[in-house]
Amino acid sequence: MISTATSNTVLKTGLRRVLGSRLVANLATPHGVDHYLEQFNPTWSLHEVRAAVTAVRHDTADSVTLTLRPNGNWQGFKAGQFVRLSVQIDGVRRTRCYSPANSVHAADGQIELTAKAHAAGFVSKYLHDMVRPGMVVTLSQADGSFALPDQRPGRVLLISGGSGITPVMSMLRTLCDEGHQGRITFLHYSNAARDVIYAAELAQIAARYPNVELLRAYASADQGGELSGRFSREQLLKAVPDYADAQAFLCGPPGMMKAVQEVWAEDGIADRLHLEHFTAAPIVAAAGDAGGEVRFVKSERLATNNGATLLDQAEAAGLRPESGCRMGICKTCTCRKVSGQVRDVRTGALSTGGDEEIQICVSVPVGTVTLDL
Amino acid sequence: MSNYSKLTPEQFQAIGQELDAIRNEVTADLGERDANYIRTLVKRQRQLEVGGRVMMMIPPTWPLGVIALSASKILDNMEIGHNIMHGQYDFMGDKAYSSQTFDWDSADTAKNWKQTHNYEHHTFTNIIGKDHDATGYGILRTSDAQPWEPRFLFNAPLNLLLATFFQHFVAVQNLHLEEVLIYKTKTKAQLKEEFKPVWKKMKKQLVKDYVLFPLLAGPFAPLVFVGNVAANLARNYWAHIVIFNGHFPEEVEQFPESVLENESRGHWYVRQLLGSANFSGGKLMHIMSGNLSFQIEHHLFPDLPAHRYAEISPRVKAICEKYGLPYNTGPFVKQALSTWKRILRLSLPSRTAKVNLAAASAANDAQEPLATAA
Repeated sequence: MISTATSNTVLKTGLRRVLGSRLVANLATPHGVDHYLEQFNPTWSLHEVRAAVTAVRHDTADSVTLTLRPNGNWQGFKAGQFVRLSVQIDGVRRTRCYSPANSVHAADGQIELTAKAHAAGFVSKYLHDMVRPGMVVTLSQADGSFALPDQRPGRVLLISGGSGITPVMSMLRTLCDEGHQGRITFLHYSNAARDVIYAAELAQIAARYPNVELLRAYASADQGGELSGRFSREQLLKAVPDYADAQAFLCGPPGMMKAVQEVWAEDGIADRLHLEHFTAAPIVAAAGDAGGEVRFVKSERLATNNGATLLDQAEAAGLRPESGCRMGICKTCTCRKVSGQVRDVRTGALSTGGDEEIQICVSVPVGTVTLDL
Repeated sequence: MSNYSKLTPEQFQAIGQELDAIRNEVTADLGERDANYIRTLVKRQRQLEVGGRVMMMIPPTWPLGVIALSASKILDNMEIGHNIMHGQYDFMGDKAYSSQTFDWDSADTAKNWKQTHNYEHHTFTNIIGKDHDATGYGILRTSDAQPWEPRFLFNAPLNLLLATFFQHFVAVQNLHLEEVLIYKTKTKAQLKEEFKPVWKKMKKQLVKDYVLFPLLAGPFAPLVFVGNVAANLARNYWAHIVIFNGHFPEEVEQFPESVLENESRGHWYVRQLLGSANFSGGKLMHIMSGNLSFQIEHHLFPDLPAHRYAEISPRVKAICEKYGLPYNTGPFVKQALSTWKRILRLSLPSRTAKVNLAAASAANDAQEPLATAA
């Protein structure tokens, strides 16, 4: 058994060596080796992370949990990080960010992604309704600074809301797999018990690991949660009195995240709170800025600045720049601004007027802007 | 009198709006069908290429191998490469089908091609002095407006030479060799610098087809070498004839630079219409010609997926009929003979002096194109 596995690995490394050689690259010019590998197996690639869907599960009515088997290019992830997942919907490639929810120690090397299908969620709805085992998706390598530090903290507080549960679920599972000795509090906010993804597993973990405390907060008290209502300082003090001693990891909807951040900031312990935004905050641009032109150099197009984000304006002009999260976290849309000033819609900060890389999904032009698109 | 000057400003505007409407309709409908079309085609091309290269190494299947690789190279250059580099499939948001990243199995670099073809040829179609294609790639005399020179006595043999080494001539088209060799308006040093990236691509293509794949075949190296020469030749001749059929049949009109002054969208559309010619054929003919058998539709909508041209052609034809404009089409052979007739006719000085580029420009009359119809 072991020898078969070893010879398999040797074969795989050997094949990869040959396919990655200069000779093969020269034979495959100008299209590249991947172009031909695809013909034999859609997950084969020398560089790209592609994954086959091995299972599709619906834990709650509006969620979907995909189990993915990535190809050999996958370098693994840190608990809490996200990947960019690309699928083709109606002929168009769409990319969105999802955080793997599995333990980093999962023995089968598979990745588990959970998405909640929002009414307006184009990609999540597709994942929920259309994805079947056997389909192949494209992934990025894991990215993002929201992750368990390599030096695991002793006391851990995981706070999540709605589908923000996925990265902290990964943290919880990882810590449990490692036999973490410190106390872990898992505080999760949800409208109702039936909406909680991973509800059964969470209960199991809490029962099995005495150092794990599960606190479920539902909108109303009659739902049977340990807590009820929205996050507040009073609620936190009562439920997790030692929260200031913990390293806290937070992921949830904007309103909830803001409330939590405020408490940590007021206490002067903001450095102990680590967070991941996962839903787009409404983007409103001040109308006064709309003026001038947006110039797209590479594609030789020109648009009158209408005050929307550069990504929206580029798309309205018929361009298809790469993009992902559309909220400024995934950097997929990063592109070079040749000249002009932009405002960051998240912070209101103004950029310099010079040549620099910007994220066009969260930048609105202030006057005329020239992009290398 | 040219068809261009028959129209009123209102008619130009109406034509522009009607063609824009077709364009918007197709753009709104882009999706899975188009993505599947190009993906399937790339798959077939890949199968033909891999199959062809393997069969070429085995003596009994050598002829099949040559046919398969020829077909692969033609598909790669015409329906796949040319069309992807036009951005026809950019809507897919997939790097493998993006005009920004795609490269083709040709000596020409994608960058140079997009400059001379997508930008210059498609923007300034058939404008003498602006569209390098319209003046015979700097090699031939293809317009009455080109002053005759003794070298054009060799127009016909030069055209054969151009066809034979088409991919390499196209690769250096952007370098404008004639400016160095004949008109001395460009220095050799400048040419050398511009040739560097071209040579890099050319070398890769030459090494692949004439060194590496023959060596892989061991004792049958000569077979593969000859087979690859044949496949490249087949692609060269085919691409040349298809492209010439699109712009050089005798009735196709050419224009002086003055038409560019205040050219409206409607004017631009009409210039594309009058400057292009289709040829008829079956589905296979359309695919193998990259749907340039619908050169008119292609020039009106260069960035719409080419497999859509057949669908919209009846509507384009109807617009032509409505405004009394010619819709130049005919059998493949008829169009090909017509282009050769033009090449031969232009090897001698033009008999009628009515077409003089300088005079036309001096007249500064945006409504007066160069009619090349004999």
